[in-house]
Amino acid sequence: MTAIAPGTLPKSSQRGSAARARLLRGLLPALSLALVLMAIAWLNPRAISYFGFNLMLNLAIPIALATIAQMFVIAGNELDLSIGTFVGFVGCVTATWLRDAPLLGIFVLLGSIGVYALLGALIHLRNLPSIVVTLGMSFVWQGLAILILPKPGGKAPDWLLSIMSFKPPYIPFPILAALLIAAVVHFGLMRTSYGVILRGSGGNAAALRRAGWSLLKTKIVLFALTGLFGVLSGMALIGITTSADANIGNGYTLLSIAGVILGGGEFVGGRVSPIGAVLGALTLALAASPLLTFMHIPPDWQVAANGAILIIVLAARVLISRRER
Amino acid sequence: MKKLLVLSAFAAMLASGTALADTSGKKIAFSNNYAGNSWRQAMLDSYGIVTKKAVEDKIVAAADVFTTADKEVPTQAAQVQNLILQGYDAIVINAASPDALNGAIKQACDANIVVVSFDGIVTEPCAYRVVVDFKDMGKQEVEQMAKFQPKGGNLLEIRGLAGTSIDDAIHAGILEGVAAHPEFKIVGSVTGDWDQTTAQKAVATILPSLPDVVGIVDQGGDGYGAAQAFAAANKPRPTIIMGNRQDELKWWKEQKEKDGYKTWSASIAPGVSTLAFWVAQQVLDGRKDIPHDLLVPYLAFTQDDFEAALPKIKEGGVATHEYTQEEAIAAIKANIK
Repeated sequence: MTAIAPGTLPKSSQRGSAARARLLRGLLPALSLALVLMAIAWLNPRAISYFGFNLMLNLAIPIALATIAQMFVIAGNELDLSIGTFVGFVGCVTATWLRDAPLLGIFVLLGSIGVYALLGALIHLRNLPSIVVTLGMSFVWQGLAILILPKPGGKAPDWLLSIMSFKPPYIPFPILAALLIAAVVHFGLMRTSYGVILRGSGGNAAALRRAGWSLLKTKIVLFALTGLFGVLSGMALIGITTSADANIGNGYTLLSIAGVILGGGEFVGGRVSPIGAVLGALTLALAASPLLTFMHIPPDWQVAANGAILIIVLAARVLISRRER
Repeated sequence: MKKLLVLSAFAAMLASGTALADTSGKKIAFSNNYAGNSWRQAMLDSYGIVTKKAVEDKIVAAADVFTTADKEVPTQAAQVQNLILQGYDAIVINAASPDALNGAIKQACDANIVVVSFDGIVTEPCAYRVVVDFKDMGKQEVEQMAKFQPKGGNLLEIRGLAGTSIDDAIHAGILEGVAAHPEFKIVGSVTGDWDQTTAQKAVATILPSLPDVVGIVDQGGDGYGAAQAFAAANKPRPTIIMGNRQDELKWWKEQKEKDGYKTWSASIAPGVSTLAFWVAQQVLDGRKDIPHDLLVPYLAFTQDDFEAALPKIKEGGVATHEYTQEEAIAAIKANIK
């Protein structure tokens, strides 16, 4: 191989290595999930069971939904720093109004999706940086959440509790839910023609505009989808915890961004992967908590170890995408 | 045959009534949601000292500590679920939320795990709660303030972490106290997160817009920061209620030596974590008479006794009290009516 000068490399082999890298990149989220699962199985074989997966993964469902929500804005080259507090806000609405006054609850939740759509329009029309707008909104959602639920409490509606504690035969519910989320979003965003337009608005906005597509509309749709999945995430979370807390979702902002990137997404260019994002969210959920708990790290080091695991997992992802370039 | 022997021995133990089930094979986990301030550090220290000895004395097999990386509820819920999978017999918990962890706590109870919560308690009925009457502490702050400032006047309130039950209870107590003492008026409220730096920043920000205040009611861990903010702004020093932190009591001592400054200090003793540990051990021991809600007094210092306590608190720490097994049994007994 060394005898061949770089310029004379056959085209086909170049294409081949690019395809290999792309395959590797597509497989990476699944690989890292498998690695984390293997580590858990080795540390605590008891965890690899129907009961164990239910316990370890049920809190990964809301994380996966929040990650999908974040993925939509990232597909449009934006970032949502308010998704965490938005999930908390939705949680507070779910545990109070959605139970006591379902109509009001549904109205508020739909209204909040509308607010997201408006944010998309505002960001596009005024050409504002989304980081600034959503950072501001994060305080608004947090404030509203504390207004609705000044002290932790409330209770999830019974129908939601029974959905989230559903125990299907053979396959644990969280895995089934993850498959469903990944399949639905993958089909919608990767296999439909408007899905291509949505991703194109992040990939090459100028070309889309010249082709006559409304960028305002794509931005509104992307933000509304983020709002929709944020609502689903908040409701799923409350269905599991049974009760709400104004601060319940705060950690989701960074987790969701990390999940998208771990799942093979890029901050710019409309390159995202719904299946990867769901896998990334599951990996983060497993790496952060079960793995750490089973490793028996001294308490002083646990917080740092949690960060270290995240960095290792994300670093593997960065190494592979660099090879691709 | 062997099984029969064990069973009959067990029956004999039950019959005798005094000897109890053995806990030397039991594992107790501690799920903690936050370690980032002096109070939590003191709590972990106390817990470590007492449980290390308990393991050495073969009272329990293991007492491991697990701290989550963030203060978030979902992280701790996941942690509790992992502890269930690990096969612990009991979980001592300082919870991120009184209600939002109930799903995970119920799963633990269903797996026959004893759950004892303290400080940040959980409301799930199957769990035990070691509670401090925070509302009374808030009320008492205003009562004490009335002694130091008999003429009354404006008060500044420093709140704790927003949205938590502790902040809510202390705040409610303070409001009740102010209602009983109409000579006081709360003219401003800031969030100090039980942290000196946060409190100092928050107080410094609101100070220019405030009328003269005679006193500060707070939640502990914020008094020294408030004092610094007043000193930096060259404002007259109000009566600041303290929260048993070493830096707060030290500042109080300096001021007292200078001009006889008077105040009062109260907080929940971080060593209450060790009481929760013993409660878990006692329940594992087979005791069935322990009430699910145990009330313990808060730790308060007055003008006369705080200086004696000061040298015992380590630099940057909090005044505490570690429970021995006997003291814990006595505290449990005090709650059985």
